[in-house]
Amino acid sequence: MGQNPYSPHTDADRAAMLARVGVTSVDELLTAVPIDARGPAMGVPPGLSELEVQAHMERIAALDRTAGAGPFFIGGPVQRRYIPAAVPVLALRGEFLTAYTPYQPEVSQGTLQALWEYQSLVSELLAMDVVNSSMYDGSTAVAEAALMAVRLTGRRRVVVANEVFSQFRQTLATYAKGPELEIVEVPTRELAASPTDAACLIVQHPDAFGTLVGVRAIADAAHAAGALCVQVTEPHANALLEPPGALGVDIAVGEGQPLGIPLSFGGPHLGIIACRDALVRQMPGRIVGQTVDASGTRGFVNTLQTREQHIRREKATSNICTNEAIAAITASVYLSLMGPRSLRAAARIGVARAHALADRLARLPGVSAGTEAPFFDRFALRSPLGGGLRTALLADGIFVGEGIGRHYSGCGDGVTIQCTELTTDADIDALVAAVEGMTARRPVAAS
Amino acid sequence: MSSVPDDLRYSKEHEWVRVDGETATVGITAFAQEQLGDVVFVELPEKGARVRQHSSLGVVESVKAASDVYAPLSGEVLERNVKVIESPELVNSQPYGDGWMIKVRLADKGELAALLSPDDYRSHIGEGSAAAGD
Amino acid sequence: MSRIRFETGAVTEMPALEPLLYELQRPGRTGRHVRGGEEADALIPAAFARVAPLPLPELSEPQVVRHYTHLAQLNYSVDAGMYPLGSCTMKYNPKINDRAASLPGFADIHPHQPDETVQGALRLFHELQELLAGISGMDFVTLQPAAGAHAEFTAMLMFKAYHLARGDPKRRRVIVPDSAHGTNPASAAMCGFDVTTVRSDGRGNVDLDALTAALGDDVVGFMLTNPNTLGLFEERVREVCAAVHAAGGLVYGDGANMNALLGVARPGDLGFDCVHINVHKTFSTPHGAGGPGAGPLCVKRHLEPFLPVPRVIKDGAGTYRRESLIEHPSSIGRVRSFGGNFGVLVRAYTYIRTLGEEGLVETGRDAILAANYLLALVREGYDVAYERTPMHEFVLTAAKQKTQGANGLDIAKALIDEGFHPPTVYFPLIVPEALMIEPTETEPKETLDAFAAALLRIAKRIETDPKAVHDAPVKAPLRRLDEVAAGRKPVLRYRPG
Repeated sequence: MGQNPYSPHTDADRAAMLARVGVTSVDELLTAVPIDARGPAMGVPPGLSELEVQAHMERIAALDRTAGAGPFFIGGPVQRRYIPAAVPVLALRGEFLTAYTPYQPEVSQGTLQALWEYQSLVSELLAMDVVNSSMYDGSTAVAEAALMAVRLTGRRRVVVANEVFSQFRQTLATYAKGPELEIVEVPTRELAASPTDAACLIVQHPDAFGTLVGVRAIADAAHAAGALCVQVTEPHANALLEPPGALGVDIAVGEGQPLGIPLSFGGPHLGIIACRDALVRQMPGRIVGQTVDASGTRGFVNTLQTREQHIRREKATSNICTNEAIAAITASVYLSLMGPRSLRAAARIGVARAHALADRLARLPGVSAGTEAPFFDRFALRSPLGGGLRTALLADGIFVGEGIGRHYSGCGDGVTIQCTELTTDADIDALVAAVEGMTARRPVAAS
Repeated sequence: MSSVPDDLRYSKEHEWVRVDGETATVGITAFAQEQLGDVVFVELPEKGARVRQHSSLGVVESVKAASDVYAPLSGEVLERNVKVIESPELVNSQPYGDGWMIKVRLADKGELAALLSPDDYRSHIGEGSAAAGD
Repeated sequence: MSRIRFETGAVTEMPALEPLLYELQRPGRTGRHVRGGEEADALIPAAFARVAPLPLPELSEPQVVRHYTHLAQLNYSVDAGMYPLGSCTMKYNPKINDRAASLPGFADIHPHQPDETVQGALRLFHELQELLAGISGMDFVTLQPAAGAHAEFTAMLMFKAYHLARGDPKRRRVIVPDSAHGTNPASAAMCGFDVTTVRSDGRGNVDLDALTAALGDDVVGFMLTNPNTLGLFEERVREVCAAVHAAGGLVYGDGANMNALLGVARPGDLGFDCVHINVHKTFSTPHGAGGPGAGPLCVKRHLEPFLPVPRVIKDGAGTYRRESLIEHPSSIGRVRSFGGNFGVLVRAYTYIRTLGEEGLVETGRDAILAANYLLALVREGYDVAYERTPMHEFVLTAAKQKTQGANGLDIAKALIDEGFHPPTVYFPLIVPEALMIEPTETEPKETLDAFAAALLRIAKRIETDPKAVHDAPVKAPLRRLDEVAAGRKPVLRYRPG
């Protein structure tokens, strides 16, 4: 005994507890367990001291190259952005972090008010009526939005633009295997012509390549055909671009990680889902509402719970239970600290850097940067090296985004370049110089 | 004891029916609303919708429970009670009055035979006939 | 718990514990976290530029810090006290786990980085897959699911793919016990399956006769929590699994209660085809006010072809890489954007390596001892739902107290006034006035004694003056909240004016 460093029990405690139970060993409490299955070997190495485990974890972590170690242009749904110092200090306080779902509202007002404020802040950012208190990530928010549209329209066909993040489309395709929905992928430019019999049209703006998309016309086309319009969005873009709620969108979804949440190799992140008031009964996940206590003091509770699995079981709007609440609280702290000014500034810097970088790259022979259409803070970089540019740049210590050809059919080949407020002039110089060197080494005719 | 008015017919799923010529008014019983607790939400079909006997016509919800409302009779919805949608507490306070849910034009009067009498309904909910009214 | 005080000139429309961000804000009051970039405005065509106002609150950093500090102080948490929510395993969350997850080599790496630049993260993924396979007695593991329910959905998709691959498309029905978590039927329904519920028997086990009667050649599988939500080990678990297998179905293990099985028994040795593990329960990762968790899914070999992608494998050369859909054509695909809730998984890995084999064995046994000890203390005041030796948690029924004039909810609220977080109440659904209590292995004996004393005091109070608990809690920051009003007129966000 004494093997679990977090166990408070002394041998004397255990003896006293066993005596009170009326047994001499825990083994006597296990009679329901098949004898031959009891006490299995698990193959776990012997335990470590805290110092030893810290050293072990540092050794493993040191095998990774961090995003901050050099020029970094990977982005997409997950973006390397500045996190104000107060964000983790507040959001990761033990009182938030080590509580659970606020089943007992009288002792969970911190969680509930923070989540209600999150719902309010993100509603304003997206200009949507209602936001839930989180989904797992952007991709499952997209999938759940599609399921929601299917329930609302009674139709089984979902049309999604090719230029939606590949991970989101792939997750949607997986989810669709459950209820056996028909998923149709079309280029964004054909979306408005595709709503026949569709439950929803799913458009991303800015799209996976940063291109700005005319969402309003797509929403109008959807509505004219009795379909819903789902927009995949990203938080910072809404500081500068007309938000989904002003574009006629019915359900807005996105990855909330850029709101102060670390990259963490892809999770835990934050699925954002928002909708119009009229659709809230079909929304998945937890929602916090305002009310009063018995003495008339304002307070907050989980509400509209009859949508959820613990009450509706197989008729629930979703199976989600544990969500990403601490990520929503983190986003709430982030938005409170940034306010409209710093949020706009962060978004603007990304846009400005991306355009400055694209201009310089486009001057290189054989290189195209961005598309003919206006773009936001991300663009496609096409060169004679195609997607191979990614590996080539890595040798120079420069990270660029995913190869396009593999994940986006009909979108040509190349890599994506994301800029944020953390992109520096030196990063830009390094990337331009490296691409210049590579394209100069290869005759343009090879393309 | 739950109120079971003598001038109504009942379903086993705890709906009541008041027949007036070709029209039937439908609601849920006092017993049903007591089981549910404070009703917070009522969802009803639009005017013109067709409902079929024994199939779900809508939903009533309390904070911790959701329950389908089943059509005790088939027919076309002539009117839905907008007041009960706006003020779901009427289901609790006046289940047989302002808490009614829909009016239906009867498709088949023969279906009435499948409904319970007040006495049958009282025994269905485990209350003797002495419990009539209150 | 202290009722907090704050200094503010904010005008609030109604009494409040802490003003809203919106009540604290003033236009022009803001920090300077990021500035610049004005040249971007000319780069965004007018047709796309935001015209809608952006009414986010404007606050100084000191205000924000106090706001969230005050809010935090309104919460009950594991860091503050015993939190015996049944089936949630609210054990202590070690701080070294959090520190490990925040190491730059883990927190500051992007999921799109090439494999060769994230060998540490991939190694951790791979080692954790192997560790969880050994702990669960399964052959393969996916770390993708973000939570238990997500793992259930993943497994239901895999079951579907499994039956289809065997040329058996008619299986459309999933069976769950009446004691199951709501996520089980909800996950099955998301896969388009019908759900059949089977009753429990008088000892709290699955009723084997009822199960057998429900089985048929249209059955996809059976979802079973073991120990079940009554805290009881399924006494005929192997017969149950064998019956499902004989009908051509698969057995899903809901690992919500895996803490009881650490070093005691492995689902893989009991007949399950797969089991998920809630690392936020069993492996001490913080519950995060509702999440994130992580729900690794551990499966037997016959389900391996259907696991989600990407998966992390170790090449002969000792390097790690992510395998794609092309390499796994039978895979159900991706169930989320990236490989898993990595920050949570790092914490779980840290915990497993800290405890080691012997520590994990001790954990399971201590959890079981704590539950049995606590039950022995409180049973003089409460009826037990099923008279059997529980594993890591037990379910009381307050049916007796209800006849005396106070119900399970009153008892829960009275516990708040005694300084404890209430247990899970009104679940499982098959127990009237259920109080589901899980103390975990990390509460010292003195705390268990104090909790039992509080529960017994409440029972005594109910015997003599049941009305006394109707007003509880009176010592919490708020009195009971009006959930009915919240439901009738939903106010789901701040609206100015």
